[in-house]
Amino acid sequence: MARNGKPRRAPRSNGKTNGHAKAAHWVGRKLKRKEDPRLIQGITHYTDDLKLPRMLYCTLVRSPYAHAEIRGIRTDAARAVSGVAGVFTAEDTASLGMVPCAIQMPDLKVPKHPVLATDRVRYVGEPVAAVVADDLYAARDAAELVEVDYEPLPVVTDMQKALSNDTPYVHDEFRSNKAFTHTLKNGDIAAAFKKADRVVKQRMLNQRLAPIAMETRAVLAEYLPGEHRLTVWSSTQIPHLLRTQVSVMLGLPETAVRVIAPEVGGGFGSKLNVYAEEGLIPWLAMKLGRPVKWSETRRENFTATIHGRDTINDVELALKKDGTVLGLRVRILADLGAYHQLLTPLIPQLTALMLAGCYKFPAIDIEIQGVFTNKMSTDAYRGAGRPEATYIVERIMDIAAHELGMDSAQFRLKNFPQPKEFPFTTITGLTYDSAKYQESLKRALQLAGYDTLRRRQKNGWKQGKYYGVGVSTYVEICAIGPSAATPAGGWESGTVRVEPTGKVTVLTGASPHGQGQETTFAQLIADELGIDPEDVSVVHGDTMAVPYGIGTFGSRATAVGGTAAYLATQKLKAKMATLAAHLLGSTPGDITIGRGHLTAKRNKKSISFGELVMAAYTARNIPPGFEPGMEATHFFEPSNFTFPFGAHIASVEVDAETGEVKVDKYVAVDDCGNVINPLLVDGQIQGGIAQGIGQAMWEELIYNEEGQLVTGSLMEYALPKAHFLPEFTLDRTVTPSPVNPMGVKGVGEAGTIASTPCMVNAVCDALSPLGIRHIEMPLKPERVWRAIIQVQAAPKEPEPAIVPALAAAAARKPAQKTARRRV
Amino acid sequence: MIPANFDYESPRTLSEALELLASREDAKILAGGHSLLPAMKLRLAQPALLVDIGRIGGLSYVRESGEHIRIGAMTTHAEIASSKVLQRFSPLLPQAACQIGDMQVRNCGTIGGSLAQAHPAADYPAVVLALDAEIVVASRTGEREIPAREFFTGMFSTELHPHEIITEIRVPRTDDQGIAYKKHHHPASGYAVVGVAVRLKLSVGKIDTVAIGITGVGQNAYRATAVENALRGKPVAAIREATAHVAKNVEVLSDNYASSDYRQHLAAVLTRRALEQAAGGRAK
Ligand SMILES: Cc1cc2nc3c(=O)[nH]c(=O)nc-3n(C[C@H](O)[C@H](O)[C@H](O)COP(=O)(O)OP(=O)(O)OC[C@H]3O[C@@H](n4cnc5c(N)ncnc54)[C@H](O)[C@@H]3O)c2cc1C
Repeated sequence: MARNGKPRRAPRSNGKTNGHAKAAHWVGRKLKRKEDPRLIQGITHYTDDLKLPRMLYCTLVRSPYAHAEIRGIRTDAARAVSGVAGVFTAEDTASLGMVPCAIQMPDLKVPKHPVLATDRVRYVGEPVAAVVADDLYAARDAAELVEVDYEPLPVVTDMQKALSNDTPYVHDEFRSNKAFTHTLKNGDIAAAFKKADRVVKQRMLNQRLAPIAMETRAVLAEYLPGEHRLTVWSSTQIPHLLRTQVSVMLGLPETAVRVIAPEVGGGFGSKLNVYAEEGLIPWLAMKLGRPVKWSETRRENFTATIHGRDTINDVELALKKDGTVLGLRVRILADLGAYHQLLTPLIPQLTALMLAGCYKFPAIDIEIQGVFTNKMSTDAYRGAGRPEATYIVERIMDIAAHELGMDSAQFRLKNFPQPKEFPFTTITGLTYDSAKYQESLKRALQLAGYDTLRRRQKNGWKQGKYYGVGVSTYVEICAIGPSAATPAGGWESGTVRVEPTGKVTVLTGASPHGQGQETTFAQLIADELGIDPEDVSVVHGDTMAVPYGIGTFGSRATAVGGTAAYLATQKLKAKMATLAAHLLGSTPGDITIGRGHLTAKRNKKSISFGELVMAAYTARNIPPGFEPGMEATHFFEPSNFTFPFGAHIASVEVDAETGEVKVDKYVAVDDCGNVINPLLVDGQIQGGIAQGIGQAMWEELIYNEEGQLVTGSLMEYALPKAHFLPEFTLDRTVTPSPVNPMGVKGVGEAGTIASTPCMVNAVCDALSPLGIRHIEMPLKPERVWRAIIQVQAAPKEPEPAIVPALAAAAARKPAQKTARRRV
Repeated sequence: MIPANFDYESPRTLSEALELLASREDAKILAGGHSLLPAMKLRLAQPALLVDIGRIGGLSYVRESGEHIRIGAMTTHAEIASSKVLQRFSPLLPQAACQIGDMQVRNCGTIGGSLAQAHPAADYPAVVLALDAEIVVASRTGEREIPAREFFTGMFSTELHPHEIITEIRVPRTDDQGIAYKKHHHPASGYAVVGVAVRLKLSVGKIDTVAIGITGVGQNAYRATAVENALRGKPVAAIREATAHVAKNVEVLSDNYASSDYRQHLAAVLTRRALEQAAGGRAK
């Protein structure tokens, strides 16, 4: 596969390492992940694999109602089951703090969010009672015997109804279901729409999704009263933030709490949170004086782990007839669910920030309303606000291109900022660090054989075959982020310690959950110290071992956490040079590090890496004032976000008779700055594309009017499977970020962000000759079929069948709307 | 995902299994477990006794015997999919079997279990109907054969009595006919949103024999007799019009994935495509 990304030196990418530092750089190589052998062999430990002596099992009784008053709870029968250690309700847990929300906004309504429901339940799946027993069988049997007397209340699941006058309130105390209004306005929007030759309007929905990490959530807690130490094992993306929150919820000194994130089997944002169970299980362990474990079932994962997306978007784009964009107006309703989880109200704000996409909008006008409904909370799900923004921008741009009769790629090229305009300040107030949008799009067009695809499409239409080509160009906000712009610190910590034997331990606060930092950070540090990545072991996920850190999310681990480790290594290198100069009779500036040695350039004397490190520990011959040992820590505060970007192209065929869509080609050209390990970058992109196509095509959480989740299992909720998808064609451009010394940007969410609009654009493009303009996600065959039969049933305008958009642009008459339907 | 308490027995002979089955009111056969165990984990099924028939020898086979192929009830979907005998003499079953669920499901699930389960969207029911198969069942009092057309009586319900065990399925040889199985997979479960099994024979350009089994559309799989009647003695050109009757007298299912209108439309399209494929094959 052709690559534009050139590593600093041509890599020998056999991934073989043999203890000796090679001359070649490790950064840029396709090293296989250090993590994989233990994961693939199943010889490692997730939280649910852990068993402690005298451990109890917890199961939760959850609300079957979306909205109800709790009149009473009877637990006697459950308590009587043999093996049951206790049954607990909100009465018992009154001393526990609330489930936290980290977001502060003026006028934000923050409801009380107890760990167990007190007098009311507000969504299906809300925990009501905890049953703890010697084994899971007894716990489950007993849970069935807990009798909760519910008085069902009227339910509100529809955001628009929730904002109407005649509606039940999710939280009576607010007398409204509106949690907040967030606006972002810049430029002269009125003027933009006034001077527009054309205004393109579209309502588009971004459906609710389930993150579905392979490993569901799990919490194990043990309290040792003698040591006054609570240890909490949790499948989390944020062990340190969790430690702080657990200590607050339980009223313990933070020093008494240790959080360990063992292997974490994916999160996609869903474990960037603090959940009720993470307060409750430790509390139970303290109360009962025995370790307690709770593992989520997949059904619980659907109802009680955060959801993503769920917005209604009304979009208006003002344009000149030559295709220049003038202004964008967006009105968003964001479904928050019943309570705020950690970041719930933040996600729509990220959408607002990213609504400029990769275009030069002179004016923007955004208003977002956050709405309470009787559903599970929404929060960060892979992309967290940016996929929503990109969907809006890339869909409206595509619809506009069709309306103007312009080629959708050319239309985008026309509105990109030029490379020389970077750093580029967007109309939403962000400063994009570096980009060449033109280059990635042109490369994608070339790889896709764009002109051939367009030709096939035109010929196909003549034969009643519907081929579509979808283009989407995206920019995302990563490396989150400068602390001033984040709720709980946007920095990251890194410690690099060379042990006396010369082996290196790296401690990172950016606790991974499948991203592969153990490999990439080792590559990075190995290069800096002139050693082999095999000799670098990366430790994470234990608050007692690792200095305070923020976590892995928002495509930040490498750009922020990696930079912290990199800068700590620079401190260490300075220290090594000082000692080497002392031992070699030289000056620190004269010392070079590499190939396992430190060498004085002038006198050509050298000392092996191992000998030097040992000398730092034996400390018998050190310069005056030199601190023994070989360890350095850096807390890195980034000056800006980074802004990866790229261009994706999908080619599809729609079966107009059944509405089925076949993806026959998918091309992605992404730019995440410098690449440390191409294998891992490709892996992130591939998974991301699959997940984004999943949203476009198959995935949707549907709550019915009673607030029941009707697609709450993997037999109804369709995740993308490998055989649904073609082999992706991947390529890269490399535009280093100036924000960090490594020039890296982040890649964890890119695929998801770009692929969703790309697919919808492709399908709508295929059906454009029929006069179809927009179809809501997921593009289930029935939806597509209905869109087709509806336009077929609608009275036809006399217009050429093949390229109506072109004809419309020529005539530029609004009457054409009648033949176009939204479905 | 923790089932309620149950007892477990794994008899070595069919007669022992039949005794055990009759010994308790809420005893249930366990075959491949790929319908029963998920239901038990969700506590939707809570049998008191599981009679595992997986250790009874001689219930898993595919054999040619005269005009029929005999298939043991414990034969897995994967074994059916790869059976040379079936591929040669009655390929409709393997064509459907290889489209069931995923590899794990096909390696565990059995034809007897699938037919006994009578899931409204399972694949085999459409196929055994189209093949006019016979389902052989045993009880303590003896053996009986149930024609496929009498077997399915509703959603998850069959002619099977509680103490009977399916032992064998007999399907006819179809090597002189065209066959096709068309399926629209549910993207989550893999089950058939619509599954259409057809068997067809042409004679001097006219449709001579035609059998159409439909699954996923109604409460239980059925024969699309209205379509069959409209086609018998007609040329292939009659197919398009005839398939409009695919759900005649059927109360069509509706769910989040496919409304009854769409299901019915899909059934008509897939039936047409299946018939056209079968007619285009060696039937001519
Ligand atoms: C993820 C998944 C996807 C699936 N996708 C499909 C699909 O696409 N198409 C499809 O058709 N099926 C599908 N299935 C169902 C699968 O084919 C099952 O294997 C089948 O329905 C049941 O067969 P079993 O041998 O597993 O039976 P079991 O689960 O063991 O038993 C099912 C029922 O039949 C009874 N039973 C079993 N054997 C006998 C017998 N010999 N005599 C009398 N009663 C008996 C049992 O008591 C029980 O009530 C899927 C299942 C799963 C889990």
